[in-house]
Amino acid sequence: MKSETVIDNRPVKVQVSHLTKYFGSLHVLDDVSFDIKKGEFVCVVGPTGCGKTTFLNLLTKIYEPSEGELRIDGELADPKKHNLAFVFQEPSALPWLTVEDNLRFGLKIKKLPKEEIERRVDRILKLLGLEEFRKAYPGQLSTSTEQRVIIGRAFAMEPDLLLMDEPYGQMDIKLRFYLEDEVLRLWREIGTTVVFITHNIEEAVYLSEKVLILSNKPATIKEELKNNLPYPRDIASREFVEMRKHITEQIKWW
Amino acid sequence: MDENKVILKISNLSKTFEDKKGNVVRAVDNVSFDVYDNEFLVLLGPGQCGKTVMLNVIAGLLEPDDGEVRLDGEAVNGHSPKIGMVLQKTALMPWKTVIENTEIGPKWKGVSKKERREKAESYIKLVGLSGFEKSYPAQLSGGMKQRVGIARAYTNDPEILIMDEPFGALDAQTRYAMEEEVARIWQQEKRTVIFVTNNIEEACYLGDRIILFSERPATIKEIYVNDLPRPRDMISEEFMKLRTKISDNTDLAI
Repeated sequence: MKSETVIDNRPVKVQVSHLTKYFGSLHVLDDVSFDIKKGEFVCVVGPTGCGKTTFLNLLTKIYEPSEGELRIDGELADPKKHNLAFVFQEPSALPWLTVEDNLRFGLKIKKLPKEEIERRVDRILKLLGLEEFRKAYPGQLSTSTEQRVIIGRAFAMEPDLLLMDEPYGQMDIKLRFYLEDEVLRLWREIGTTVVFITHNIEEAVYLSEKVLILSNKPATIKEELKNNLPYPRDIASREFVEMRKHITEQIKWW
Repeated sequence: MDENKVILKISNLSKTFEDKKGNVVRAVDNVSFDVYDNEFLVLLGPGQCGKTVMLNVIAGLLEPDDGEVRLDGEAVNGHSPKIGMVLQKTALMPWKTVIENTEIGPKWKGVSKKERREKAESYIKLVGLSGFEKSYPAQLSGGMKQRVGIARAYTNDPEILIMDEPFGALDAQTRYAMEEEVARIWQQEKRTVIFVTNNIEEACYLGDRIILFSERPATIKEIYVNDLPRPRDMISEEFMKLRTKISDNTDLAI
């Protein structure tokens, strides 16, 4: 796959080296190494059951690796020190809190000053266009709106690393493109470093600055692909279609 | 496909329900369309638009308030053995093996064991599950369970096969694989298929015709004829054009 060399002066934010994971005798992840630049948007794709979720859980430090390490800003990643935020496929808003209190939740735990909390909550609500829903409860929202609140909540933390595990799952094309444009807007405004796992290759090409293609289990990085297509991306353009085809060929098992 | 032969005629179908508060909810509003012999017809509509209600009326499981369904010129009244169904929740019997699940229809009809086994085996082979005849549903993956559901429906020898969002619960890649399978099976073993989905890409991949429904109450918004050659290429220009055309004609439901 051809890709132009564009000079990227951003410092390295996350450094993953020789990450390996066994569950007993089951070898899930094998010697995975890569860097993520500060503020980079990385998509991870791979065949079904290849170990993507294990990969993510290692990045979140939910699992300890069998071998290898994860560094953030040059230091060993530590959830007590570093700010790691997640978004899962199923929306996970706290049902007894209003939209604005959901957004405040993590910021309060981190004991940010009150004015800073309010500044961030207002900004996110504005970026999402959800000001009129600030007093609504999650149960009053559609699933997709609830997911937007969760994504906003994660960005509001201004985390060192934001991990998203198929947040738009099976949503249909029209809605997905709307949400994808929204996540790009948040990312650009806030400057967060994002790792976004998806099954949907079109989505990976639409969003990412870099795509990591994982192999079958035990997962290794089959290819690291730079994606320099200018935003907003045209899904029908030749370059876009070619990249989509290339990645599909890399992971197709059926 | 024989363009001229109408196998199923749906005329002026309407159905209303009462919700818990006693309000009348109109699910289907004056819908008429024809289904041609051996065609692959896709009913496409947003979630909760009334598609499943419509299907249940077509299958004779619900009575319409107004209008009628005629199969081979005769009014459908109660469930007809000429209509087979494949559901999202496969409803396999967990205590029965793959082959026992597959042959259940002819067994209930009193077909001899030898005859029904032969038939069940041939359809298990068609859906690519040879070797799993003696497995139990719990030992199968989601995609494999759907295959059993499809084999079971075929073994019952229906004239019309109704599939109600069969792949809604599968991950994106398994879904692509199953879409290819269903198209292949349909081409090998021609039946009239009515396939319900809310996924535009899936509709474009499978359908000879696609009927697009509005939000509830379901009314027909447009009928698309799709004569792209099979097997279809989801990344081809013509495919993307059709997908965009249909997507532009749907409402964004956030």
